[in-house]
Amino acid sequence: MAVLADARPAQRQPAPPGRARVSRWHRLDLTVSPYLYVAPFFVIFGVFGLFPLLYTGYLSLSGWREDQDGSRGTFVGLANYTRLLHDQFFWNALKNTIGIGIISTLPQLMLALGLAHLLNYRLRGRTFFRMSVLVPNVTSVAAVTIIFVQLFGRDYGLINYVLHLFGVSRIDWQAGTWSSWLAISLIVTWRWTGYNALIYLASMQAVPFELYESAALDGAGRWRQFRSITIPMLRPTILFTVIVSTIGALQLFGEPLLFNVSQTPAAGGSQHQFQVMAVYTYQTFLGNGKYGYGSAISWAMFLVIVVIVGINLTLVRRLRGVEGA
Amino acid sequence: MRFALRRAAALAGAGLLLAGPALAGCGKSSGSSPAPAGTEPVTLTVNLFGDFDYKPLYEQYKQTHPNITVKENITDYDTHHKNLKQHLTAGAGLADIEVIEIGQIAGFQGQASKFVNFLDQGVDPSTWTDQRVKDASSADGKVLFGLGTDTGGLAMCYRPSLMKKAGLPTDPAALSAQMKTWDDFVNLGKTFQTKIGDRNVHWFDAASNVFNAIVAQAPQGMYDASGNVIADTNPDVKKAWDQTVAAIQAGESAGLAAFTPQWNTGFQKAGFATITCPAWMMSYIKANAPDTKGDWNVATIPGTGGGNWGGSYLTIPRSGKHVQQAIELAKWLAAPEQQTLLFKTKGHFPAAQALWKTDDIINFKDDFFDNAPVGKIFSAAAENIKYQPLGAHAGEFGNAIGNALVSIEQGKATPDAAWQKAVADIKNIAG
Repeated sequence: MAVLADARPAQRQPAPPGRARVSRWHRLDLTVSPYLYVAPFFVIFGVFGLFPLLYTGYLSLSGWREDQDGSRGTFVGLANYTRLLHDQFFWNALKNTIGIGIISTLPQLMLALGLAHLLNYRLRGRTFFRMSVLVPNVTSVAAVTIIFVQLFGRDYGLINYVLHLFGVSRIDWQAGTWSSWLAISLIVTWRWTGYNALIYLASMQAVPFELYESAALDGAGRWRQFRSITIPMLRPTILFTVIVSTIGALQLFGEPLLFNVSQTPAAGGSQHQFQVMAVYTYQTFLGNGKYGYGSAISWAMFLVIVVIVGINLTLVRRLRGVEGA
Repeated sequence: MRFALRRAAALAGAGLLLAGPALAGCGKSSGSSPAPAGTEPVTLTVNLFGDFDYKPLYEQYKQTHPNITVKENITDYDTHHKNLKQHLTAGAGLADIEVIEIGQIAGFQGQASKFVNFLDQGVDPSTWTDQRVKDASSADGKVLFGLGTDTGGLAMCYRPSLMKKAGLPTDPAALSAQMKTWDDFVNLGKTFQTKIGDRNVHWFDAASNVFNAIVAQAPQGMYDASGNVIADTNPDVKKAWDQTVAAIQAGESAGLAAFTPQWNTGFQKAGFATITCPAWMMSYIKANAPDTKGDWNVATIPGTGGGNWGGSYLTIPRSGKHVQQAIELAKWLAAPEQQTLLFKTKGHFPAAQALWKTDDIINFKDDFFDNAPVGKIFSAAAENIKYQPLGAHAGEFGNAIGNALVSIEQGKATPDAAWQKAVADIKNIAG
């Protein structure tokens, strides 16, 4: 307590006589202003985060749909959620989301780790390289996706042209399940690898140099050092990036939407083969005007994210327990 | 004017979409307090999908109304109508004038009260066919909330050079005589594919366009007269599907999904011989493939010679700040003189039925289309349009079936599996 009080010396100064009013303001300042400082975040979160969340929850219990007059505000209980359980398009979207999530997140994080390791060496122009890896991340999703769509073009795309040189026939990237998943994952990976690499790099620099030194004395090579020192020391960071990337992957929206070059971008391909959860929500809510059901999908998506992040958390924690022993 | 989207506009729309709610209020008109139409400077906003070629008209309007400045905002078809629904529900973000396409208009009938009633504004409903008026009216017929701009009566645009190569008639009358029914059309396509001997050239552009044209001629399409969804049970729809699938299996489709970059390239590189062609498609072709001038002609559409694809309405949300000025502008834009001009300069065929019989329209020929008598052709096409009940989701059902056809074209699904998928989609959208 004493230490805490010392940290606020102003409080200890006796108020000069006749300036009690000022002192009261002063005390008020001390008690209220911390809340004022944090208030902007909570106000903005409340307006743009909490309120939409709760309102969507309320809507998800209603039968409101745009094509039925007077359906606004009708209470249908959990009907929307029971419907969801039998909705093949929702399960399809969930499958696509997880599929694309895995093939975009796993290689991406490993690549980021390797990249961070390389950037950790004493290189000429190190700052330049470190900054360059972040460049893809500061570009806009729309711009990046549009350029990738050109690259993945069926008839005149650069990627098909290069593949053609190796004797591979033209691929219609949007048409197939795996081809579309791969293409979308590549866009995501391209944008986020550098960002994760920088986080790993920052964490790597906090690893005490002595550990490497003594390992080297014990005869451990670079790879061994990376495996036995860097990775264990980075576990909290890896945990963080895994969770953030998982959430990002499950909320994927812009890339699959813009990747679908057609009249119906929200359909996610001719057979919904790359329609992810967020895109299905968007199609149901705004495209088909089913506000109640769309909100239910939105909430289900939230729950799915909580569950999957929970699973990942346990998995990565266990990894830590085993290897850390 | 359906789907007349430019790639750039689509991307801009998608960009806006991603920018999210921050931009939601951007469509609002600027300007100060409401004032009677006078001399005070007013900026009117107009939200469109695709280019309606209105820009020169705004300039012309400014000469008689120097205080009116018009600002256009063009997004793609999908985004435009989504935004409009959303903004109407929210009661914010609406432009002074919003266009609605014919495939979407039924979805707005329930919200007719949110728009200006043109019956109170001295508009004569007999300007349009009964069907066009009914589609843009409230259920009780007391509110008319849309002014018809153009009509999408169907014809068949084709490339004489490719016909010649395949030994088929290049003359429209002779060609029309060989494809009186849709089965004729599919059979002629088989002949074309064998004789053309080029695997990169096909009989038509996209299966979905052929399918839509066949369905458009049926007495009922996606909905029956009492508003029930019959898309998955209507034998006419299934028949159109089967005819289209037969054509895909005969290799007649170029598989260029409509309004994609590949489709655009198909026009430029003569990748297909025919395309179902409402009048506005002429404007799309001219803008998209100007170098192909002269190598186009227009034949009669197979089947009934009717069917409709597209056409739009001008609507005015009542919540606007400059409703009176917007009404004046909309009425002027939809007036016969402007509709005639838009047809002759750009190819948007008038919705006003009296114009279909004027010499000015009937005698008009288009040199881009090898001097085809397009005025006569599209007048006849417009006369041949039969009433087909519309419904809120007709467009979405069409798109779902279109996507199923695409999956067959891509070789990713069997016709049966694709049909099952389309039916499931339809049930999901309607249910």
